[in-house]
Amino acid sequence: MLCGGERFDLARTGLARTERLNGWMFIMPALVLLGVFMIYPILWSLWMSFQVGRGMNLSFGGFANILRLTQDPVFQRALSNTFIFLIVQVPIMLVLALIFATMLNDSKLWGRSLFRTAIFLPCVTSLVAYSVLFRSLFLADGFVNDFLLGLHLISEPIPWLADPFWAKIVIIMAITWRWTGYNMIFYLAAMQNIDRSIYESAKIDGVPTWARFWYLTVPMLKPVILFTSVISTIGTLQLFDEVNNIPPNAGGPSDATLTLSLYIYNLSFRFMPSFGYAATVSYVIVILVGILSYFQFMVVRDKRR
Amino acid sequence: MKNPLYLLQRALTYLVLIVASLLSVFPFFWLLVGATNTSADIIKGKADIGGALIDNILTFFERVDVPLVFWNSIYIAVTATFLTLLVSSLAGYAFEIFRSQVRERIFGGMLLMLSIPFAALMIPLFTMMGRLGLINNHLAIILPGIASIFIIFYFRQATKAFPRELRDAARIDGLKEWQIFFYIYLPVMRSTYAAATIIVFMLNWNNYLWPLIVLQTNDKKTLTLVVSSLLSGYYPDFGVIMVATIFATLPILIIFFVLQRRFVEGMLGSIK
Repeated sequence: MLCGGERFDLARTGLARTERLNGWMFIMPALVLLGVFMIYPILWSLWMSFQVGRGMNLSFGGFANILRLTQDPVFQRALSNTFIFLIVQVPIMLVLALIFATMLNDSKLWGRSLFRTAIFLPCVTSLVAYSVLFRSLFLADGFVNDFLLGLHLISEPIPWLADPFWAKIVIIMAITWRWTGYNMIFYLAAMQNIDRSIYESAKIDGVPTWARFWYLTVPMLKPVILFTSVISTIGTLQLFDEVNNIPPNAGGPSDATLTLSLYIYNLSFRFMPSFGYAATVSYVIVILVGILSYFQFMVVRDKRR
Repeated sequence: MKNPLYLLQRALTYLVLIVASLLSVFPFFWLLVGATNTSADIIKGKADIGGALIDNILTFFERVDVPLVFWNSIYIAVTATFLTLLVSSLAGYAFEIFRSQVRERIFGGMLLMLSIPFAALMIPLFTMMGRLGLINNHLAIILPGIASIFIIFYFRQATKAFPRELRDAARIDGLKEWQIFFYIYLPVMRSTYAAATIIVFMLNWNNYLWPLIVLQTNDKKTLTLVVSSLLSGYYPDFGVIMVATIFATLPILIIFFVLQRRFVEGMLGSIK
């Protein structure tokens, strides 16, 4: 408290009490809802992850579910697919976003806001809506194959959605299309906070463009780059809408695009439900996200220092 | 400094940006053109305007109770947005204005909860909604999202810019705390509310996984779910799906073009 002295303290107690009361009254609705719809379910889900059985017939199974994870080829498939999407897609997208942002952060560029709007536009589509577009574009006799054949880039149609390898590529292209502009605006916002005079003096000193990018822009954007990589990673770990809608059979062909979230959905709602095991798989995501959030926390702490 | 290297670099920049822009916009063009073509033409990759638009629209209205589904989407998105903004902005405001050690700790705990993936919540939530008798009820979609940690953060961040003198003056004039919030804070922060409204509305409008689990009969489904169910199977009618997708995308697209600055602001802010 700023004001000392007993007289003030006495006068303040009544006020302080209403402050305290108001503080709680204002946040209480949010806290109750978070408790009911977040804290309780996440704890319940932890408890469930030790339950075995099907449907509503659950019994305590100790570590049986964790053992099952190690012997479940479908789970391992889903885990490795999720990681492939993560490792391949996130870097490609972030590099593209960084390149576009750097190009657009030039006030002398003609048509700057037009380009920016165009590249950002995919962000307004719902994940299901753009899945429709990608499915229809990548059909066997569809537009993309026609286009590539027309340009003589390929000699026969690529079985985009029927082949395990190409199906993954389509998913990666789709996510990149949807989210590159989104990450780009984070970079653009951060770039606008960089002091222009640093660039000017580097330019006068004859530092080439690529070096200005690599030695000035990238280090100064480090916090945002790390931040976007963490949110993209968390998003990718929860990938569901696209892999459920782009391939003609969800997660297909032959589980090539099955992700952890889709597997959890399948385990609980598509087949005879095994909620306990599904909860165990969901905790794999919790742990992975937890590890990544820890890194994010470390980064934020470093930044504040 | 108009040397050849500079010009080459300039040309390359434009080339990259033009290609990126075309790739970004093309699927929208494909969507519009697709709505005018028959499914057979879309499957063959026809990318010019056809004559099947009316047929597609008629089939869409025949197969789906469009006004009802549209209403479901609007009802859920509007109600959820209103309640989310009310509850979450109250909390965000209070975390910033009424500081206490306990509440700071709770706020820190919420930071950790930010990274809880929905996949880990959906099974208990589903069971819970079953016990409450809310399966296939729109309330089950609306309730879990009302206390949004993102929006609470967003409002706490924004409240830092709310002038303290305003609040002090209002208190001297004898306004109660809730009056200060509703009569002073709300109008002053309307641009923050606008940005948050856009984002929350969009998230609800586009929500897929949770409604897919909870809403089971056709009369309860949202537009997003309808698009997805039209798409399921090996031989979907793409012409009709394109029309449905336009219905599902247009509201957000309009909001984006009308309120572009707020839209981007909200996206940046709700995550920060």
